[in-house]
Amino acid sequence: MNNKLFKILFQFIGFILLQVIVFDNIHLFGYVNPYIYIAWVLLYPLKSERGLFLFLSFLLGLCIDFFSNSGGINAASLLFIAYIRFPLLTSLLRKADLDFLLFHVSNMPFIKLLSYISILVLSHHIVLFSLEYFSFSNIGIILKHTFLSGIFTIVLLVISIQLFSPRK
Amino acid sequence: MQQIIYFLRKYRYFLLFTILELIALLFTIQSHSFHKSKFVNSATSITGGVYTQMSNINDFFTLKQENRLLSEENNRLKNKLSQYLQEDSKSMVIDSFYVQSKYNYTAAKIIKNDFRKINNFITINKGSSSGLKSDMGVVNTKGIIGIVKNLSDEYATVLSILNSYSKLNVKLKNSNYFGTLTWDGNDYNTVQLIDIPRQANLSVGDTIITGGRSAIFPEGIRVGVIQDFQFEGTKFNEINIRLFNDMSALGYVQIIENIERKQQQLLEEQTTNE
Repeated sequence: MNNKLFKILFQFIGFILLQVIVFDNIHLFGYVNPYIYIAWVLLYPLKSERGLFLFLSFLLGLCIDFFSNSGGINAASLLFIAYIRFPLLTSLLRKADLDFLLFHVSNMPFIKLLSYISILVLSHHIVLFSLEYFSFSNIGIILKHTFLSGIFTIVLLVISIQLFSPRK
Repeated sequence: MQQIIYFLRKYRYFLLFTILELIALLFTIQSHSFHKSKFVNSATSITGGVYTQMSNINDFFTLKQENRLLSEENNRLKNKLSQYLQEDSKSMVIDSFYVQSKYNYTAAKIIKNDFRKINNFITINKGSSSGLKSDMGVVNTKGIIGIVKNLSDEYATVLSILNSYSKLNVKLKNSNYFGTLTWDGNDYNTVQLIDIPRQANLSVGDTIITGGRSAIFPEGIRVGVIQDFQFEGTKFNEINIRLFNDMSALGYVQIIENIERKQQQLLEEQTTNE
């Protein structure tokens, strides 16, 4: 149990530093940035206390906000996908899969993994950019940024989950 | 009572989610109001520390450029000085005891510079322990950069002119028409000038400088040149200003303290209250 908690906290700090030091400075085509710290929510163990998970997601988003001077936009969007993650997984997978104790996201079939990642990433991005621009008149820019940054993030996440996940 | 407890138990995750989401929204709304100082900012010692380490590494790669900027600045100041010396020898000697500068300058280094978002902030490595306060002007050798917002002991955040909430008083250099400098969030090398009266005579290439009305910046700090403009009926629609500064490559900055600021503000307040 302790080992598991340590791993989660290590990932928590690791993703903050990775996002702030590396991925906030990519600026593909001038403004497209991947938000890979989302991976922390994607990979969080399924069999765990849901309240703690929600609170930690909020905290992770807030830490990113502290670094990027952005108020609470990352906290709000990350908390949102942390909340919809469980309903999404139950609708994507059969119950037997979810009950399996050693279930890991990377064991999902590729199509389901892709839709799991895409839905979460796109909903995160649309909340994030809506809060950042904070006006309906910018809906075109919000959608453009959501789409472009979203594709970049999805590609990076799919590749890295395939590469770095434990194989049996 | 039983019902309430049952209800709370059933929806406890939803309630937690709602509460945390409301807190996040509160921070977001706070960050969108220009006048409130924010709780979530990168002037804290942890975020500042990480950015200092990052900029220490980055410094190594920009040494050459930084050197060139300094020598250019040196050159410009030396030219100015020789002008003054020539004038001085002709005119009276000024008793320096009575001539006190109205502005104090503090040097600082930018450790984090945003310019791709809609609301950009800059983090610098000096804070309230170096005498910085909120609402001081920030400039560098080429021109204007922003206004100090949040402070900790060692670090401060600067509201960049590339922020949709930044509104600065500027004027045309060749005539005394005042306007307001804003940013539309598109290109980080062009900002927009609004509120210029229609009778002002504009032409492409005119220089824009700070107006000196705001008690933050001294008058005459360079901002940029007019790139293009359009009419709409009886007023100027949008005047695009090309900045002298390359906002994507900022290194060292100066923070301006207006010593007479309190006095000026007090006087202005008294006048409006009467």
